[in-house]
Amino acid sequence: MDMKPTRDGFGEELVAIGKENEKVMVFSGDLEDATRAEFFKHAFPQRFFNMGIAEQDMVGTAVGMSLMGFIPVACSFAVFLTNRAYDMLRLDVCYNEANVKIVCSHTGLTVGEDGASAQCLEDFALMRVLPNMKVVCPVDYIEAKKATRAIVQQEGPLYLRTSRAPFPILTRTEDPFIIGKANLMRKGKDVAIIACGLMVYEALQAADILKSMEIDAQVLNLHTIKPIDEAAICEAAQKAGAIVTAEEHQLFGGLGSAVAEVLGRLCPAPLEMVAVQDSFGESGSPQELLKAYHLKDLDIVAAVKKVLKRKAGGT
Amino acid sequence: MPAKNFVVSALKEKALHFRKEILEVLHAAGSGHPGGSLSAVEIFISLYFYKLNYRASDPHWEDRDRVIVSKGHCTPVVYVTLAEAGFFPREELKTFRKFGSRLQGHVHHKVPGVEFNTGSLGHGLSVANGIALGARILDKKFKIYCILGDGELQEGSIWEAAMSAAHHKLQSVCAIVDNNQIQENGLLREIKNVEPLAEKWRSFGWHAIEVDGHDFNQLKKALDEFDSVQGKPTVIIAHTIKGKGISFMELKAGWHGKAPNKEQLENALAELGGKASWT
Repeated sequence: MDMKPTRDGFGEELVAIGKENEKVMVFSGDLEDATRAEFFKHAFPQRFFNMGIAEQDMVGTAVGMSLMGFIPVACSFAVFLTNRAYDMLRLDVCYNEANVKIVCSHTGLTVGEDGASAQCLEDFALMRVLPNMKVVCPVDYIEAKKATRAIVQQEGPLYLRTSRAPFPILTRTEDPFIIGKANLMRKGKDVAIIACGLMVYEALQAADILKSMEIDAQVLNLHTIKPIDEAAICEAAQKAGAIVTAEEHQLFGGLGSAVAEVLGRLCPAPLEMVAVQDSFGESGSPQELLKAYHLKDLDIVAAVKKVLKRKAGGT
Repeated sequence: MPAKNFVVSALKEKALHFRKEILEVLHAAGSGHPGGSLSAVEIFISLYFYKLNYRASDPHWEDRDRVIVSKGHCTPVVYVTLAEAGFFPREELKTFRKFGSRLQGHVHHKVPGVEFNTGSLGHGLSVANGIALGARILDKKFKIYCILGDGELQEGSIWEAAMSAAHHKLQSVCAIVDNNQIQENGLLREIKNVEPLAEKWRSFGWHAIEVDGHDFNQLKKALDEFDSVQGKPTVIIAHTIKGKGISFMELKAGWHGKAPNKEQLENALAELGGKASWT
């Protein structure tokens, strides 16, 4: 299976978009080598601004440039941008409805060896609570390209999560990608696994394992956390009658929480959540960490078994 | 367009009127920020009635000079200024801080003449820089003025922005510090000293000018000097008095964010020589 990081898809597509749209400007907090914004820097040095190690200033400056009709894309590690510059994202970007795109790499445990300080596990929660902000997490390199194009085309604030580690390529260029519309990756009638990013791959692996147990699992790629695809979630809940969510993010406030909000309001069904259990990460290889923090296919299988018991018990 | 004739006696008259209106607007609202509005009266008058290029009937005119009010709590002086300049009817001042009003407690761009929403300190200078960078790319010649509080300079983000403006040689940016000496809970020099300000800004690569921020002649000279500065941003450090003009408000931290009651308003207006004409 081909593997590529979603950050590469972002960096490459940004150059293609830059050729077509001269309004696109890119801002970096001196991490363009890591976020892949450097592809744009090399292609369009006059439209690239390394604002130094100063994320608050980077966001504010990007917002100022948006007021002149440009489309700024601000990039850094997720911890530095979504955490440190949060007040700027809230006030400058969201409250002012600025046409600024926030793109962060180094998300989830798969950041790996750098350890907990660099492993952003709270970006979905922080971003989705902000009015006017939309939140997108592509499943693979190919979808990252489409997501990059989509966030630039759509007016207003958007957050795009990319990743450092190579992810398996699960989609094709011709597959549709629409912000806010989940993609069905695998049909199934017994349980629906709703995931994003790398966890869609783990969910598909889990579905294979479940098949050998004669459990027919649907897998839904919820690449947009906000606005959330209520119709797809409710359809999955009504048809399968049980939901498992999986994400490389904290348990509280992320994709699982967003799905739970939909289920609770519109279409109640038993739910189990595979996520980081309210802890920081640590150093290690991506695979060691996914295993240690229970984000692997077997953890999804265990969650499915648990939720199916509740489904059978009528809870 | 503002009247370009610079007549100090007329501007002083305007300042007196502004102070009355600011206090009346605050009293009507029942809350708000008098201290940092009264300290900035001459700064705003010098900008809107001497220096700036704008069209009140066309607030989004693309070549207008931009004003980013980073100390976003000084809405009373901002709104009184914009009403006087013709951006919206003076009558609307009575809706300040009321539900449904455009005149939000902190500046909001739905008010004609306001460029950018603030209210959390330390944000405006980066935004001003971004506008300047964009304007440079588009070869626009307008100026960008950023109104900062002195207490706000305790925010680290201001100094990130100060570095950026100098690094990018943003000569179209003019920061104006309302150096009124007081923050919410006391004197800056006792809470966290930001002085020496001129030296700080100069060491960050800025052209720094110090003026008496209540002296129209000095403000005019500084604003004109900014026009001729090449290759670096300019900061005007306007030495002011928080609560200026009202004896019981001057340099009193308690008047940072409190509206005058009826008696206090009457006493203040008596000091200023009577009511403003608009009420």
